[in-house]
Amino acid sequence: MSRQDAPWSEHGLTEEEFNKIESLMGRSPNYLELAIFGVMWSEHCGYKNSKAHLKKFPTTGPMVLQGPGENAGVVDLGDGLAAAFKMESHNHPSAIEPYQGAATGVGGIIRDIFAMGARPIASLNSLRFGEISDNRVKRLLNGVVAGIGGYGNCMGIPTVGGDLYFHPSYRGNPLVNAMCLGLMKNDRIFRGQAVGHGNIVMLVGARTGRDGIKGASFASVELSDKDPDKRPNVQVGDPFMEKLLMEATLEILERNLVVGLQDLGAAGLTSSGAEMAGRAGNGISIDLDLVPLREAALADWEIMLSESQERMLLVVEPKNRPEIEAIFDKWDLSAAAIGEVTSDGIFRIHRSGKVLAEIAARFLTDEVPIYIRPYREPSYHQILKMADVSLLSRDIDLSKTLRRLLASPNICSRNWVYEQYDHMVGLATIIRPGGDAALLRLPESKRGLALSSDCNSRYVYLDPYLGGAIAVAEAALNVAVVGAKPLALTNCLNFGNPENPEIYWQFVLATDGLAEAARVLGTPVTGGNVSFYNEFDGRAIFPTPTIGMIGVIEDIDLRLTHGFKNVGDLIVLIGKSKEELGASEFHHLMTGRDEGVVPSLDLEKAAKLNDFLVVAASKKLLLSAHDCAEGGLAVALFECAQASGGLGVEIKFSGQISTAAALFGESQSRVVVSLSPDKLNDLTELLTEHGLEHSLLGQVTNDDRFHVIYNDDSLIDLVHDLALTWSATLPREASI
Amino acid sequence: MKTAVIVFPGSNCDRDNVNSWYAVTGLKADLIWHKESHISDYDLIIIPGGFSFGDYLRTGCVARFSPIMKEVARQAAAGRMVLGICNGFQILTEAGLLPGALMRNRDLKYLCKDIFLRVENNSTPFTCDYALGQILRLPISHGEGNYFVGPEEHKRLVDEGRIVFRYSSPEGQVYPNASPNGSLDAIAGVINQNGNVMGLMPHPERLAEDILGGTDGRALFTSILNSYRLAPTKKSGAQQRG
Repeated sequence: MSRQDAPWSEHGLTEEEFNKIESLMGRSPNYLELAIFGVMWSEHCGYKNSKAHLKKFPTTGPMVLQGPGENAGVVDLGDGLAAAFKMESHNHPSAIEPYQGAATGVGGIIRDIFAMGARPIASLNSLRFGEISDNRVKRLLNGVVAGIGGYGNCMGIPTVGGDLYFHPSYRGNPLVNAMCLGLMKNDRIFRGQAVGHGNIVMLVGARTGRDGIKGASFASVELSDKDPDKRPNVQVGDPFMEKLLMEATLEILERNLVVGLQDLGAAGLTSSGAEMAGRAGNGISIDLDLVPLREAALADWEIMLSESQERMLLVVEPKNRPEIEAIFDKWDLSAAAIGEVTSDGIFRIHRSGKVLAEIAARFLTDEVPIYIRPYREPSYHQILKMADVSLLSRDIDLSKTLRRLLASPNICSRNWVYEQYDHMVGLATIIRPGGDAALLRLPESKRGLALSSDCNSRYVYLDPYLGGAIAVAEAALNVAVVGAKPLALTNCLNFGNPENPEIYWQFVLATDGLAEAARVLGTPVTGGNVSFYNEFDGRAIFPTPTIGMIGVIEDIDLRLTHGFKNVGDLIVLIGKSKEELGASEFHHLMTGRDEGVVPSLDLEKAAKLNDFLVVAASKKLLLSAHDCAEGGLAVALFECAQASGGLGVEIKFSGQISTAAALFGESQSRVVVSLSPDKLNDLTELLTEHGLEHSLLGQVTNDDRFHVIYNDDSLIDLVHDLALTWSATLPREASI
Repeated sequence: MKTAVIVFPGSNCDRDNVNSWYAVTGLKADLIWHKESHISDYDLIIIPGGFSFGDYLRTGCVARFSPIMKEVARQAAAGRMVLGICNGFQILTEAGLLPGALMRNRDLKYLCKDIFLRVENNSTPFTCDYALGQILRLPISHGEGNYFVGPEEHKRLVDEGRIVFRYSSPEGQVYPNASPNGSLDAIAGVINQNGNVMGLMPHPERLAEDILGGTDGRALFTSILNSYRLAPTKKSGAQQRG
């Protein structure tokens, strides 16, 4: 069909949507208007395929000051402080141009945070790549990590944690989910609302150019090998500009010179203008002649859809304009008045004295079509569940298996990544990357803030409901294990094409599981992001609903870390190991297959475990704590020994399950703790109070030996040797 | 004692230095914007880490042209203490206040981690509270810390004891590979001929409190304070505290 025949197709709209636009407007939209609808009604901006299911999430709680729908969620931390935090994807740009794609993903989420009036203090990122042996993957990994570092390091915002997994399903479509958190006074939250008729709309920061045009639409289709053509769709980041923009913006907010603000992200001026007007029920009138441009020849639609980075839209009272201009001038930034807030509710664009577009703002924000897509269970689901995962676990060399697990890309040391990020700037990082959660101290407070991101997508693929719930439980446990009470979460829901009923089934079930876990664990969802169409050449990624969890510890001196502390301390496993090898890293390592029954999860018990850890930390019963995750108990024990700086372990325990399941199984809600022997009675009592099981495993020793005896099987190795294996993989495999 | 921390656009350790200086000495420091061309006299000027002007060109090569740098040079010439950390070190070499240059790390990657340093000269006002040969654990966080200096200048640095810190093994051995960034002669920090301008790549301000996981950076700040107190001359005229 030609453009005349189907004017909607160029803008990613359907004929049905085009008809809806015509009936809303009472006329045919012109080219610019249709382009505006195209981006605003895209999945990326309008959430048309996901909105119905996002309503399932619990979003309120006594500490929630701002739930979903704003630039970022905000929670009260106590002591007059609040945290703004959010996670967002930048997957498709990173697939095409990894450095800039990842860098601008970081830049975008940072702007979301300071747009709320918060000073960003920490970033995390959740990354997924194909198999690391693949040269294409090595290039993506190096580019993405360098891009995240390049942007965050320059901004002076520490990158304190995150997660990283490799699986072939991400080969052509890596995931780059960036999370940022900022601090503000709890009575100083700014919002993205265009309030006050006659107020001035100012565009500040970088000039508008041709980069990233239609990035939002690009995010809403699948990838293929033809995509190098889409390089012009990828934005280019300038962290120095953003650093200036952040300082200038925080300065005008501090002086209370702004009534509303929003960053320019996906769909640029179009979405920021329309969303700010829509939230306030007002209109906005913009004169394109007043927009500072990098080159004069930009077309109307290019200005409106440009995703040039490092720009903010401000709504200010006319009397404050001179002071704002002076502050931006100090930082050598441009601040242009480009329009005003109107009372008629119309999003209106002018240029050279002519009206180019007139659309009721609410058509763009509130009339987005909402699709409840059909879904069905994929055939793989029941089949993969039935796989027998027990056969391979007999007669294995335990030491060799542990070494292979420690060397596997999903378990090995992440230092190669973290060392490329400045994770210390700001002098707040108390637990550095590599622990269960990062821990930051808060200014003028005894409290600390724990952050973690997580999602085991193999679990989600094999059992979306359970996998979605486990992602939340795991992220919450990571936070609790340092002694912090899980408070709230943000998410980034990465899936394939939602128009495929089997993909949509994954989405529906995973969000069901996520919602239920968030409810039972008392961690409301304060915001997030949906990223569909993560497919490459027709193959979808593993469904990956990444969770970003935050928690608060009342007194930072009570924090727990995972390294063993003293010779003679007792090692105890809290929780119960079951015959659960399905979906495990162990099974994947032995067979290369993703199959089996996902480990069971008792959410009530998970909540009790979190409570227990917070209480145990506050009573100083424990000396270390570490969550058992991929690779099971053996890997967790190694990590505790490795982080001890020279101690070993002597473990002897027995049980009914197979040795493989006991050592490498991934039963949920388990924590390895160590404690002084005189605290054992108190610990047992507290565990009983919380209805939790435990088993005494052994003790910390003064030599380098890693000695584990289970029933009649034994594993003997040296911590130092295991550590070499564990730390060698990424530096070796990532090098190009 | 009057202390200034210079803020360039893109500086990002400016507030960290103010906070850390306060945590160690109990003294306040002023943040000074780079566009200032006349400032009052300071006893200590810290040029902090970060990415001045984005460091898109050679690191520090734009910052050296900021108006404040003339003031820094003037006060350095007057014998006041000037300390450049990380990007501050890079700026001081670009400004010609310290010899040498800092090139990209040997492995071409940004590196943020704890490393070990050996104190090679403890008779400077910046290091007098350290023992000679003391081994310090301090973090680095840079992409361009690969120090280079010509052979004649290098010989002069060695002969005059102006190499203040060298990268070392945890046990204190210095060998070429001990340097995480490939720097010449494992150099991590140098001082000028007058002994009042020092630059180093590691961040002492990042490990100066127990809760941050180490305190090896403290003595750098206490050294400065103690040398100030002991020196009878060259003071800014500010009221002496403590």
